[in-house]
Amino acid sequence: MINEIISMNGYGIYIWSAFSFTLIGFAVLYLVIKVQLVKEQLKFNSKFASLTSEKIKSAKKQETYREILANISISKI
Amino acid sequence: MLKSFEPNKIFLITSRAPKYVLFLFIIVLSIGLTEALFLSPEDYKQSHSVRIMYVHVPSAWISLGIFSLIAFLSLGVFIFKNKNFSLISKSLAPSGFVFNIIALVTGAIWGKPTWGTWWAWDARITSMLILALFYLMYILAWRIYEEKNQANKITSIIAILGLINVPIIKFSVDWWTTLHQPSSVKLLSETSIHTSMIIPLLIMTAAFALFSILIFLMKYNTELIKIKNKGLDRL
Repeated sequence: MINEIISMNGYGIYIWSAFSFTLIGFAVLYLVIKVQLVKEQLKFNSKFASLTSEKIKSAKKQETYREILANISISKI
Repeated sequence: MLKSFEPNKIFLITSRAPKYVLFLFIIVLSIGLTEALFLSPEDYKQSHSVRIMYVHVPSAWISLGIFSLIAFLSLGVFIFKNKNFSLISKSLAPSGFVFNIIALVTGAIWGKPTWGTWWAWDARITSMLILALFYLMYILAWRIYEEKNQANKITSIIAILGLINVPIIKFSVDWWTTLHQPSSVKLLSETSIHTSMIIPLLIMTAAFALFSILIFLMKYNTELIKIKNKGLDRL
């Protein structure tokens, strides 16, 4: 049964390599984009932390800044 | 209406959506893989090698769809002067390019047992390779040109020029005698694939579409945070 699934009438090498290439491609792309996102979030966080309290106040008035800050703390996917 | 395309408004959705899309993608992909690899029948002519269709065809469809979307958004950049269109296009390109490469590689893997060769310079395959080159030029242009307006213009021109290649890809199998088979799934006429094969094909297409949405959302968020990082300097 398992041998049958692996060999697939002799086409197994083609089928498994096509599916593997696709899934590895997905994983690599996901990781690359995730690393870029986390890098930018960390950069934002450190920049934000170095702001004066007055500038932090004015930045927090903007919804997007608040959303980015909220996502840095919860986005761990 | 164009106001709803403002990055600040979109970010409220794009920042929260990835985790839900990832969850949905994993579920749909698991169902799709089970159907494609184990439950769907083998072809009377191609035997089990037909299963490669379940990754090759959706990849080709999505890479073509994404490039067409990028090209139309690029037209929008010129017509409506909406810069968020170029941000959306830029965020769509990585997944489109990867799907294009997957379509080419899995096509080559499928070609070996079916045609006896990994590669042939036939119209469909060559035009897909040209599409990959357009994707590459588009992505590289964003990296090369540092001045934002210039990058916007150059990338939009590349995308609009690349749009000419899209109908060539679609109709290449009808216009020329090619090694590649004609389309089996048609929107306007009867599809020549059996339901037992079309269902896994559609499930895999849905999974791949969800993956491209996930990558788009993450890339879009990255680009927007990059802009906001610069904004912090100006506070």
